[in-house]
Amino acid sequence: MIRVVLPYHLRTLARMDGEVELAIEGTPTVRSVLDALEARYPALRGTIRDHDTLKRRPFVRFFACKEDLSHEPPDTPLPDAITSGAEPFMIVGAMAGG
Amino acid sequence: MSRIRVLVGTRKGAFILTADGKREQWEVTGPLFAGWEMYHLKGSPSAPERIYASQTSGWFGQQVQRSDDGGKTWEQVDNQFHYEGTPGTHQWYDGTQHPWEFKRIWHLEPSLTDPDTVYAGAEDAALFKSRDGGKSWQEIAGLRSAKGNLWQPGAGGMAVHTILLDPSNANRIFVAISAAGVFRTDDAGQTWKPANRGLKSPYELPDPDAEVGHCVHRIAMHRSRPGVLFMQKHWDVMRSDNAGDSWTEVSDNLPSDFGFPIDVHAHEPETIYVVPIKSDSEHFPPDGKLRVYRSRTGGNDWEALTKGLPQENCYVNVLRDAMAVDSLDPCGIYFGTTGGQVYASADNGDTWTAIVRDLPAVLSVEVQTLP
Repeated sequence: MIRVVLPYHLRTLARMDGEVELAIEGTPTVRSVLDALEARYPALRGTIRDHDTLKRRPFVRFFACKEDLSHEPPDTPLPDAITSGAEPFMIVGAMAGG
Repeated sequence: MSRIRVLVGTRKGAFILTADGKREQWEVTGPLFAGWEMYHLKGSPSAPERIYASQTSGWFGQQVQRSDDGGKTWEQVDNQFHYEGTPGTHQWYDGTQHPWEFKRIWHLEPSLTDPDTVYAGAEDAALFKSRDGGKSWQEIAGLRSAKGNLWQPGAGGMAVHTILLDPSNANRIFVAISAAGVFRTDDAGQTWKPANRGLKSPYELPDPDAEVGHCVHRIAMHRSRPGVLFMQKHWDVMRSDNAGDSWTEVSDNLPSDFGFPIDVHAHEPETIYVVPIKSDSEHFPPDGKLRVYRSRTGGNDWEALTKGLPQENCYVNVLRDAMAVDSLDPCGIYFGTTGGQVYASADNGDTWTAIVRDLPAVLSVEVQTLP
């Protein structure tokens, strides 16, 4: 199981709380995790990545195992600790500054 | 007795203010969608429990919410706004052409007759329509064919912020765009033409006869006379007596003819309201005095309405979509400020009270008069 942590506003939009647990077929990647997340929660479509291009929205970041994966190609395999569920895959709203 | 429901969009959520027809005791519900920018909420004239809301975020993009029970519960509907065909380009700040890019929905205008039909005004400027209660959206692309390549964003962006549906002619729609101007269709959106003759924008446009490019902040009409339009432009208050074919200035004795909202009394088509703002450089009331100005003569001959409004040290702004009227008699006037106050008058604007004082910055105010 992949554990996914969402930011507050996306949890409220999806009307859920806590972590999301997703079963991923094949090697988990950012793309496959987001595909599974959006399939579970259609309300999140367009909020994390663009509807058409599937590019990450500018102020959304992906963290895993204390690393920023935001700029990694979306088909890069996720770290073992994410795949095993030992660590969560974190979707984060970027700092607003100020 | 009639009831009043005021729909307030703010920088950090939406609020619903309700009262009976006396408009003295108010109940405040919210924040709804707490933390999100709620650009606009508006109820269907033909089914008032149906309310549409534009919910946006710099992080997570655009959402559209719909309520079928007067705002008690909400359903997320479609948030895909695709420009028709190849999006094309518009004028950019440096004079080059720039691709159209969807950013957010500024304004939602439900059909006057069909609760499932609703129009959405977008930034970058475009008009979208849904015929299924917001479950899908299609662009009315003819609008951008009206010299869209010459439109240019101002500092606040380039958005369709006003949509007026002609109650006497289902094929006629007016929209206003910053910074492009007013546009009118007479064939239900197939074709559009600029309706900006008579507008003068010497500080923004060197061409005194520019057909597009005017920074129109708001237009308004009275439903009994849809051919008469009133406008608060970047500078100047204007009126048109021929459905936008030409405009004349009616600023007259206003302390400043800069401002954002303009609205029309529910029962007096020649009574209009504006909130003068000092200038485009100083977005607050002149002399620190928050004054609504009323003209009972369709422009010109303005009187200041001050009772109940702060007359010293007031430096808030009132944004273009943040004024509305109810349809009771006497007519109620409502407006919200960037300081978070929502002021109401139950006597045509003669006296004012604050329904709430400490909301987030108010982006929009709409009023529903309920049986």
